[in-house]
Amino acid sequence: MSDATLSQKRPLPLTILITVFIVIWVVLAAFPFIWTVWGSFKVEPDFFSRQSWWNAIFGTYTQAQNDGNSFTGDGYYGAWVTREFWRAAGNTAIVTVSVTIISLTLGTLGGYALARSGRGYAFWILILALVFRAMPHITLVSGYLLPFFQLNIWGVLPTSIIVLVAINQPFTLWMLHSFFLSIPKDLDESAMVDGCSRFEAFRRVIIPVMWPGVVTTGLFSFLLAYNDFATTSMLLSSDNQTMVPKISSFLGSVQEQGNVMFAVAAVVSATVPLFILVLFFQRQIVSGLTAGAVKG
Amino acid sequence: MPHKTFFAFILPSLIAMVLFIALPIVSVIVQSLHVEHARVLVEVESCQPFGGCTTETRVDTAAMAELRAEKPMGQFNGLGTYLNRGHLAVNEIGAILASNNGFGDIATRIYNLPFYKALSFTLVFCFVVTPLAMALGFAIALAVNALPKVTKGPVIFFSLLPMIITPLIGSLILYWMIQSNGIIGASLQHLFNDPTLSLRASPVLTWASLLFYGVWTNAPFSFVVFYAGLQTVPGDTLESAMIDGASRWERIRFVIIPHLAPLATFVALVQLMDNFRVFEPIVGFSAEANATSLSWLIFNDLSGDAKLFGSAGATSVLTIVGVIVLLMPVLIRTWQEFNHKVV
Repeated sequence: MSDATLSQKRPLPLTILITVFIVIWVVLAAFPFIWTVWGSFKVEPDFFSRQSWWNAIFGTYTQAQNDGNSFTGDGYYGAWVTREFWRAAGNTAIVTVSVTIISLTLGTLGGYALARSGRGYAFWILILALVFRAMPHITLVSGYLLPFFQLNIWGVLPTSIIVLVAINQPFTLWMLHSFFLSIPKDLDESAMVDGCSRFEAFRRVIIPVMWPGVVTTGLFSFLLAYNDFATTSMLLSSDNQTMVPKISSFLGSVQEQGNVMFAVAAVVSATVPLFILVLFFQRQIVSGLTAGAVKG
Repeated sequence: MPHKTFFAFILPSLIAMVLFIALPIVSVIVQSLHVEHARVLVEVESCQPFGGCTTETRVDTAAMAELRAEKPMGQFNGLGTYLNRGHLAVNEIGAILASNNGFGDIATRIYNLPFYKALSFTLVFCFVVTPLAMALGFAIALAVNALPKVTKGPVIFFSLLPMIITPLIGSLILYWMIQSNGIIGASLQHLFNDPTLSLRASPVLTWASLLFYGVWTNAPFSFVVFYAGLQTVPGDTLESAMIDGASRWERIRFVIIPHLAPLATFVALVQLMDNFRVFEPIVGFSAEANATSLSWLIFNDLSGDAKLFGSAGATSVLTIVGVIVLLMPVLIRTWQEFNHKVV
């Protein structure tokens, strides 16, 4: 629909209403993050102030404890150095990168097959994937624990990576299936007429044109692995924890010792990669969400 | 595509799903039929030089370890775990129905059983958050669509944040703000002039803040999908509606909403599935005293030293049944469409 024709006739009160509404929503969406980032550079009596939240803005106690400087990096030092958050960050990097690469490899092959098959069983595999997609992750975790203890593979990163890849497959298959449907069949079929096998056609013709869909799906695989709490918190030993379970596990111990600011700093640190992701891949995220909706 | 090629392509993905999604479901079912071993007790006589002899009853750790090694699942319990007080609580419900003081009494007493408490919060979360988030998302989509082009990008950027954020981290960020010493909690105390006001203390306020978190984190998804849908509303239809004298509201009601209806079904389905597994906000808000969910019950059974696999298994199976009931309308419709296509 054309904006011009509609906006020309929009009465002033409606424009004001829309503007106010959007401003309220943006504040609601963004303020918690801005506030927490700002507060993470203060000391605890400022950020969690019983007197007045102006303390958090001016940093009254931070100045008192910190030679007049109203910002402090103590929370970050405590989290990253004292409590070894860097180890968790490293584990998160290993897990998310491996999960994304393996999911995409399995998913592109499977999604391509599903998009080109057109037989009954391909349809049923998709429906099964939908049911699997709906399973709460923690119900699956309660099925893993006992066998993993028995096989003695509990607590290490590779186990979690494989589990996250599997949990991720239903979604990846759906996304890539609908993406491959949008690539014309003639493309790979004409390659096969020219004498390519199905796999050669996939490698020479499909792989070069599939990257936009793969990047979008990869973003969501990354997010799933990065945001997971249920699986990683149950399947990793405390030495191998990734960032999210690490934050939750030192939330309890930190609160007793009066070091809540360590947790605040860790939370802000774990938010930064997501921020950057949205900043650079906003278009792909939006198109990925809508592609699933429009076609799925 | 020949069968052989198809399976060659899909096999790795299929193996992963069977091994780590289908088999665990089987494993959960088997586990739910077993229960931890009863403790093996031995009588130990301990004699002291001057105190005489006393007999004590102790847990025989060696025999327990042997038993565990032999049957790690525990002993067979049939449907016992499903029917006990921690799950379906059949006997307790029978007792409540047999003697009670009216409907309100029945409701409170059933609500106090752990499984039903979790189930009621899970269902309320699903069916309150989903429609509210969709309505909010639709309103944001309409408003953003009316904005000038320059502001659209930044508004979409900020709108994506609550959705993209790790659920545990997002709930912690909100929780720190609504705590009685956080900015929102303190302001509310000031506003209502009540220094004891705390969102954690009362069940109603805890539920309200969890539901608020749910809407906050779910609305952006509806917004993005509806916003994309708005770009495809046919201009001709809108124009002809305008020529026919349809007001702004009538255009939304009779042109835009019907156009977006299929998208709305999709959004509702995805959000119901995701909200049914609500879990992280309860951990983040430390709300377990006033609100628990099915996923949280399973997590609670499995964390801690004594891992109650049987109990967690039974709750998991009941949760899976819930998911299937939730998906049933979709599954039936797809089944009918598929049969229709074949005929």
